[in-house]
Amino acid sequence: MSELKEKARILRQHICRMTTEAGSGHPSSSLSAVEVVTALFFGGFMKYKADEPNWPDRDRFILSKGHAVPVLYAAMAEAGYFGVDELLTLRKLGSPLEGHPNMKRLAGIEASTGSLGQGLSLGVGQALGCRLDGRPSHIYVMTGDGEMGEGQVWEALASADKYKLANLTLIVDQNRYQQTGAAKDVLDMGDFAKKIEAFGWHVQTINGNDMDEVVQALKTAQGVTDRSTAIVSKTQKGFGILPVLEEAGDVNFHGKPLPPAMLEQALALLAK
Amino acid sequence: MHIGEISGYKLGQATRDAFGDALKDLAAEFPDVVTVDGDVGNSTRTEPFALANPERGFNVGIAESNMVSVAGGLAAAGKTPVVASFACFLLCNAFDQIRMSVAFPGLNVKLVGSHAGISIGEDGPSQMGIEDVALACSLPGVSVVVPADGISAKAATRAMLEHSGPLYLRCGRPKVAELYGSGIDFEIGKSIKLRDGDDVTIIANGLMVAAALDAAHMLEKEGVSAQVIDMHTVKPLDEEAIVAAAKKTQRIVVAEEHLAHGGLGSAVAMVVARSGPGRMAFVSVGDTYAESGDADGLLEKYGLTPAAIVQAVRSVR
Ligand SMILES: Cc1ncc(C[n+]2csc(CCOP(=O)(O)OP(=O)(O)O)c2C)c(N)n1
Ligand SMILES: [Mg+2]
Repeated sequence: MSELKEKARILRQHICRMTTEAGSGHPSSSLSAVEVVTALFFGGFMKYKADEPNWPDRDRFILSKGHAVPVLYAAMAEAGYFGVDELLTLRKLGSPLEGHPNMKRLAGIEASTGSLGQGLSLGVGQALGCRLDGRPSHIYVMTGDGEMGEGQVWEALASADKYKLANLTLIVDQNRYQQTGAAKDVLDMGDFAKKIEAFGWHVQTINGNDMDEVVQALKTAQGVTDRSTAIVSKTQKGFGILPVLEEAGDVNFHGKPLPPAMLEQALALLAK
Repeated sequence: MHIGEISGYKLGQATRDAFGDALKDLAAEFPDVVTVDGDVGNSTRTEPFALANPERGFNVGIAESNMVSVAGGLAAAGKTPVVASFACFLLCNAFDQIRMSVAFPGLNVKLVGSHAGISIGEDGPSQMGIEDVALACSLPGVSVVVPADGISAKAATRAMLEHSGPLYLRCGRPKVAELYGSGIDFEIGKSIKLRDGDDVTIIANGLMVAAALDAAHMLEKEGVSAQVIDMHTVKPLDEEAIVAAAKKTQRIVVAEEHLAHGGLGSAVAMVVARSGPGRMAFVSVGDTYAESGDADGLLEKYGLTPAAIVQAVRSVR
């Protein structure tokens, strides 16, 4: 467990560094998702081979909230898909580390996303395809809470229930903010757990920035074999560097990198 | 070095900023106008209008299909909805809603797409609207306007609100050269000749108008006299101006920040094919998606520069 927490800290450093170096990007949206992504990649939940990204029996992670891709690149670099140095090429011309995930350019990316709302449907398709081939693959999809406003997500929830896709897990990164403000002000969706449950899914609600709760929930989800599982992951946007964002007077800090001085403060917070 | 600098134009407002300013300024004059947003009002610049007129601004969240049909409903209830998102999400995500809730019933909905083209830069291809003009033009009764600078974007915003019927206004993210500092006479469907010439006609819209003017400057040094037309309205197209240009120069180059198929180039080619005479060349993003990178680097790599237009002119001479 302490190893996972240590890994999470390193991912957070990468996220802050690479977006500041890029001069654009979504660090706060990436930071809220760190515990879940760390547990999936390094907690033994996802089976993958970094040196054989297309290994057919691999588990798959689809980042439907594609703008948070720095968290995914950071995990992939730490897992050995590519060198940690490459993280600093984020968003630069010629780099496969684009501003949003592009499966055509970077092996190991399971879905090209960036238009919100489509990842869970892609996950349904991959879950159906893998099951058809008798593969053991499990598909994990992460959406944002603002993203849940897209009707397509709810269409996908219904299809997963129809086909009883036990090899599909949705994680809603409920960091309580979206682009133009607090999710409860922009579009208050109420209790995600109740709504998703009503679609026939197995649902857990956790503190998604608590590594122990994340690991426990992923274990529980693995034990469910008759339907799709969802984890409503209550998080904080910018978790890990919140004091820095508070000082800057913007806890949402959507879609902008830390200016160099703020990066120094953030890295100091993330030093231990 | 920004596009337009060779011909002496200073950087001015981004077209999205000019649209946002104009919309806010026109709020009192057009009391039926309301905005419908999908959680990106601070990007499309509808936000100043909505903040100043909170009861007239509706943000439905990240739900573009719903957003467009809600706008259709507002129009059917007598309002003049301005519905805005990134060009790609508005046109691509909600295309059937634009078809059935706006175009087919001919409702008075104003569609505004920001972040058009590849000049949005680092966010990358998933956020770039490069098929939007083709999609919008394909719909019967929908007018399509692509302003070249801040001043024409302001004028286009007013014209859009005065216009009756569905209209798509395409705006960009970066600051662009100010071409109409000395004023503009803007009319939907009426192109503007910004430079006269005898040997070749360059027809462009959006960001590429400034590039065309730069190209004309460069061509002048080679002894080639190029006229430049700002074809800010792709639909209805100013056919008269195109026929006249074909007659005068025979050679026509079209430049646009859009995919090769279905945009301004295709529209102009249909007219030239009918009227003749002419040989044409096309400057566009081509038949490909772009990538992440800085805007200038992308425009260079994907051939949307004055030099690329000069090259195209040489190819038809
Ligand atoms: C279809 C679509 N509409 C709009 C956008 C623009 N956009 C990018 S991120 C974002 C907010 C996302 O909020 P949320 O899902 O809560 O993710 P967070 O950043 O909070 O993690 C928006 C509106 C988009 N990428 N795709
Ligand atoms: Mg959120």
